[in-house]
Amino acid sequence: MKYSYYPGCTLKNKAQDLDKYARASAVALGFELEEIPEWQCCGGVYPLATDEIATKLSSVRALNYAKEQGQDLITLCSACHHVLKRVNDDMKNVEDIKNRANNYCEFDEPYQGETKVLHFLEVIRDVIGFEELAKKVVNPLTGRKIGAYYGCLTLRPGKILDFDDPENPKIMEDFIRALGAEPVIYSMRNECCGGYTSLKDPEFTKTRTEQIFDDSTGFGADCLITACPLCMFNLNKSDAKSKVPVYYFTELLAEALGVKEGA
Amino acid sequence: MQKIGVFVCHCGTNIAATVDVKKVVELVRYEPGVVYADDYMYMCSEAGQEKIIEAIKEYGLTGLVICSCSPRMHEKTFRACAEKAGLNPYMVEVANIREQCSWIHKDKEEATKKAVILARAAIAKVNLNTPLKEGESPVTKRALVIGGGIAGIQTALDIADAGYEVDIVEKEPSIGGRMSQFDKTFPTLDCASCILTPKMVEVNQHPNITLYTYSEVEKVSGYVGNFDVDIRKKARSVDFDKCTGCGECSTKCPLGKIGNIPSEFDRGLRNRPAIYMPFAQAVPAVPVIDRENCTYFKTGKCGVCAKICPSKAVDYEQQDEIVTVKYGAIVVATGFDIINLDKFGEYAYNESPDVITSIELERLMNAAGPTGGHLERMSDHKQPKDIVFIQCVGSRCDSEEKGKPYCSKVCCMYTAKHAMLIKDHWPDTNITVFYIDVRTPGKNFDEFYRRAVEQYHVNYIKGQVGKVKPQPDGSLLVQAADLLDGKQINMKADMVVLAAAIEPNPGVRKIATMLTASIDNNNFLTEAHAKLRPVESPTAGIFLSGMAQGPKDIPETVSQAGAAAVKVIGLLAKDHLKTNPCTAQCDTLLCNGCSTCANVCPYGAITYEDVQVNDHGLRETRRVAQVNVALCQGCGACTSACPSGAMDLQGFSNRQITTEVDAICR
Amino acid sequence: MSMTELEKNIELIKEMSGSDPYKCMRCGKCTASCPAYSEMDIKPHQFASYIIRGDMEELVDSKAAWKCLGCFACIERCPRDVQPGKLVDATRQIVARQRGGDYLQPEEVPELLTEDLPQQLLVSAFRRYRR
Repeated sequence: MKYSYYPGCTLKNKAQDLDKYARASAVALGFELEEIPEWQCCGGVYPLATDEIATKLSSVRALNYAKEQGQDLITLCSACHHVLKRVNDDMKNVEDIKNRANNYCEFDEPYQGETKVLHFLEVIRDVIGFEELAKKVVNPLTGRKIGAYYGCLTLRPGKILDFDDPENPKIMEDFIRALGAEPVIYSMRNECCGGYTSLKDPEFTKTRTEQIFDDSTGFGADCLITACPLCMFNLNKSDAKSKVPVYYFTELLAEALGVKEGA
Repeated sequence: MQKIGVFVCHCGTNIAATVDVKKVVELVRYEPGVVYADDYMYMCSEAGQEKIIEAIKEYGLTGLVICSCSPRMHEKTFRACAEKAGLNPYMVEVANIREQCSWIHKDKEEATKKAVILARAAIAKVNLNTPLKEGESPVTKRALVIGGGIAGIQTALDIADAGYEVDIVEKEPSIGGRMSQFDKTFPTLDCASCILTPKMVEVNQHPNITLYTYSEVEKVSGYVGNFDVDIRKKARSVDFDKCTGCGECSTKCPLGKIGNIPSEFDRGLRNRPAIYMPFAQAVPAVPVIDRENCTYFKTGKCGVCAKICPSKAVDYEQQDEIVTVKYGAIVVATGFDIINLDKFGEYAYNESPDVITSIELERLMNAAGPTGGHLERMSDHKQPKDIVFIQCVGSRCDSEEKGKPYCSKVCCMYTAKHAMLIKDHWPDTNITVFYIDVRTPGKNFDEFYRRAVEQYHVNYIKGQVGKVKPQPDGSLLVQAADLLDGKQINMKADMVVLAAAIEPNPGVRKIATMLTASIDNNNFLTEAHAKLRPVESPTAGIFLSGMAQGPKDIPETVSQAGAAAVKVIGLLAKDHLKTNPCTAQCDTLLCNGCSTCANVCPYGAITYEDVQVNDHGLRETRRVAQVNVALCQGCGACTSACPSGAMDLQGFSNRQITTEVDAICR
Repeated sequence: MSMTELEKNIELIKEMSGSDPYKCMRCGKCTASCPAYSEMDIKPHQFASYIIRGDMEELVDSKAAWKCLGCFACIERCPRDVQPGKLVDATRQIVARQRGGDYLQPEEVPELLTEDLPQQLLVSAFRRYRR
């Protein structure tokens, strides 16, 4: 199975681990990630006003490219996942945006939201299946208690992203189970880490991440996993007493699949 | 040629403010057939009707056109008026220049133009009207009540006490409904079962009432006064006549001890055996076997209940039985349930056993409930010290997939009740209620709520809860807003109680479809008139009782149940009903027997017969449609479906309708 | 239907934000959910009423408009589909478009940069803080 792959800017720089372990794991799981050529940054944030077009075009181009290949479009970064799915929803359902974006892009045929956008985790859940994943695990992470940290952008707005139940998600918990570890469920797992405000208000972000560590470790987590480079950054910056290591989910995946070394 | 009188009503300013009624009179005066035209302030008033009667006599009118409100409002009034003056009531046409004209237009000139057009259409039609005569149909003097909760029970008792026979069909093994699950009732705090159980017993013993429990309505045909209803009596697997209700079978059922069948009655807070009565005071006191879970039915092994039953009442071979009964009237009292809370994950209902719904709290406070009336957390069986109530969970929601747009009406009051009862039993409990608005219209209702605040010191906070966070120490952290004090609150609680929105019993859709009774977007049954006919469905012979029609509390339900009973009694008291003469007719010379009309007829009123016809000298036997006028409701589906134009509707003939259209397009 | 000047302005905000402030019933679920509550001088539930009253000046001058994390908690939980976060975003747009005000200047950036700061953070901040 071949997928168009949209890595996004951070995965080419500060979050290379998220990317490289995903690529190695994909091979182990039997699917191929074809990075789309000349992709441009999604902007990290879905445009704030309904009438903005220009800021959506990079996503539209990526989506249309995948359509031309006849492939689903995979992302890993939670921000790219969020922006691509929302822009895709606009291209499918919002007439005005659809028309203006197509007028601007002049594709061979208009793009109308045909591409299916999938988060890497969704491919595991919906295409491969967690049972299948469990069978492919060679180094089960037995005995580890892992807290899934979802943050905001993978889940919300739930109706459009359609990733999982935005209040009580279980995709990452099922993922953790498939790797042989024990998921730790805690209520801060879908609460914001402070996001981009850490640029100007780093102290505020610290109060947020401290609550996340307190809550997750209170329930016994010995580490956290995330799909978001920004969450990773903010959590790492924390000076909470309860701080535990944070990994990209792909790193633990590669470890369990036995492809971490050499990735 | 008809002699037609046109009467244009002002309806005060309802019509006259937007439609120039004088101009309408002037413009229709010279329409073909019109010999008289006038306007009046209130045509429906006695003086207005007098005016009509005088005109009929003075000008020898043979047809009337009343330009007024919707015919649904006053067609009956004006037909009666015509009859009084010796005119056939079906020579009256109403042109709706209020709902379909003055109320929806702003521009007077436009509205006046439209009023004239509507009047012209009606005049054109009256020119082709012929006198019609109503037939008569007998009334079956027996009523059916669907649903055996307090609404159905009260309706049935009132009808039965008036001397008519009533059947109650209840899908659960016992009557009693939601009220039987409640502990106490507001605003007087009397015990729900103390006031309900006697009524249940009375229903069971009433000579005029027949109970069909564990039964469902399967098919309904017929019409007002003459319904035929198929009732499926599901196999109880217990012989009604032999069972003494001793309960030995339930005690000995091995599945009772294994405990993996959640009790519906206790909202899953405890388990039940496979052979069970929902609760101790069940009526009838005859258990049922839940065949989906019973080991005997699943594997053919076990049979303990049959072996130990002292009266040999257990009968594994029993089959569902379908009985067909005739009724004159049907009351829908199918009640309510609370919404599924899966979409409200932020309140952690599915995550924490200590987040419960208000109905679950009723069971936890009930002496016959799973904890013997001792309030405890389901997680650790400890008595909660800090309890938070969250109001409006799923009520007043704009988003349809999440909740309901309406106020559930009863939550403010039952929450005040719960708070006071808890404080009464365990005074050292801290209770906080997060509300959006406290709504307590009703006799002694606001006083009741104030008592919770002033006497019981229940802490009411204006603001919603954003999230309930289960904590590592087993408590719940409630993150909420206090809008009046301008604070975000993070409060620890041992238990959280959700006032989940109520919704009509999901089964009501199917029943409404069988009855051709209309329901609204929220699946509540629609009343014939929101103000003036609140307990009748627009479908003749169907009546509404209780929550099936809209959110209401017990006092209101009982009042409505009585009102529905009165309407039923009023119907059953008649020996005959006038039938609608506007029924379909088949022109046997045009009919080719294609069956199209029978396929579209929603009332099963069309059959086929071989008849001898004389088609311009050609004598032959043809298969042609026959309309049973007793069943035909005059909907017109057959006339529009008929490919050969053989079907026609009296009073709404194809010619009359095309003439109306012509008049509009003229 | 004819509209007052205020209603016309609100109509523009409605279009820009995709949110209808008139739907708000003042339940406060947004304010209850907001992780940045302590940082906000005007609380999430107040955005709808400020807009309805026409007090845009105060919103535009507020700290609150810049403190929203864009976490979508209020958007997810709003029972009336007002989704206050969208009104906050619209307020930022008004500041940026009409007043040319930006909360982040490019000159500030070099000082804020650290070794491990992800690109995602920079682009997000630029998108959220500036036009």
